[in-house]
Amino acid sequence: MGTYLTAFLVGGTICLIAQLLFDLTPLTPAHVLVILVVAGGILGGLGLYDPLIKFAGAGATLPISSFGNSLAKGAMAEAACSGVIGILTGTFELTSTGVTASIIFGFLFALLFNPKG
Amino acid sequence: MTVRRGKQTIVYATKPVFLGYSTVGGPKEGQGPAGSYLDKIYPDLTMGAKSFEAAERQMMISAIEMALEKASLSRSNVDCFIAGDLLNQIISSGFSALNIGAPFLGIYGACSSFAQGILLAGVLVDSGAAEVVVAATSSHNNTAERQYRYPTEYGAQMPPWSQHTVTGAGAAVIAARGQGPRLELATMGRVMDLGIKDPLNMGAAMAPAAADTIFTHMEDTGRKPDDYDLIVTGDLGKVGREIVMELAQRQGCDLSRNYRDCGELVYSKGQIDNAGGSGCACSAIVTLGMLFSQNYKRILVVATGAMHSPTSCQQGENIPAIAHAISIEF
Repeated sequence: MGTYLTAFLVGGTICLIAQLLFDLTPLTPAHVLVILVVAGGILGGLGLYDPLIKFAGAGATLPISSFGNSLAKGAMAEAACSGVIGILTGTFELTSTGVTASIIFGFLFALLFNPKG
Repeated sequence: MTVRRGKQTIVYATKPVFLGYSTVGGPKEGQGPAGSYLDKIYPDLTMGAKSFEAAERQMMISAIEMALEKASLSRSNVDCFIAGDLLNQIISSGFSALNIGAPFLGIYGACSSFAQGILLAGVLVDSGAAEVVVAATSSHNNTAERQYRYPTEYGAQMPPWSQHTVTGAGAAVIAARGQGPRLELATMGRVMDLGIKDPLNMGAAMAPAAADTIFTHMEDTGRKPDDYDLIVTGDLGKVGREIVMELAQRQGCDLSRNYRDCGELVYSKGQIDNAGGSGCACSAIVTLGMLFSQNYKRILVVATGAMHSPTSCQQGENIPAIAHAISIEF
């Protein structure tokens, strides 16, 4: 399990990469977000992201790259159980909490505050 | 009679009058250097309206009402209403026109709409087609940011060369007779494209168009920059203004003495972290408020606009830009 220091260093490095992509290239925030998710997915698929989580804890699970890792892991786990169709049914297996929570809370807060922007 | 001089310049023989003019702004604009010249400052961005879009047209209508009041005229005296704004289908203008009730010509020149509206109003009045024309324009930070960039709640980071869309509106009553500043000349701009693709870097995209219009104006009229007390571009901000200075220097045109930018004038240094203000209201509130209150004899206002849309940017197209110039005598 990671320590405060490793979490800070790894999480900080991931955010630094994203900030540099944003500052030094013409990429938009949406591009940078997608790049991090895809990179997390690829690392997860290659089995490299979990060791990073072991080393850095929240430093690796908090950045959005962890979402990509969870997508890949969910898809691979389901594919192992139920074949090719599992890639589709498993993709949101591990991330469904976050996705559902964002939809439900988005809905509830829209009801409460009537967003204008 | 209105005549053409040179390639792109219009000469108003009768020099139509700015019989009344008014500017309004949001809270940030109210606190800035241009704030003390505003006729009305709204303390919050919603302005009590149910949406930011409704708030924007409320500003436009309020500026028109105050401009008419200063000119001692009513809505029924308006022969034509010309307006433009940044929103899809120029809804701020169209909905305001419904409220004003006068014959309406909607225009779109992005942030150059202010000068474009005055230019056209001058032609209508100078030609005798109208006695009284109202030209108005507006922009609102939250409506423009949502339309051109990101939803405001998203809180996207802005790079230092980005600009802050001005919340405000300006309206001018252009009339054939009366006392006030006079519209003397106008130069219609051409659309230019120098390959900028970043919708956050508008100053750089619009600078070549502004420079082109300034050079053409000088060429058409045989004037020099020194013939004006002030030459002011609409909303290039710090980055764009420096590019115009550089382009001018290369052309042997000295702008170092009397050239400013409304985007730099509208906010103070501590108010924003980026390159300055932008939006249709930027040149409108600075010109009709701050600049009209100084003791200038003659100024050249070069309002700049970027002619892209979010769709054209997403499809990888460059950002073409335009600038129209109006020369005003006091």
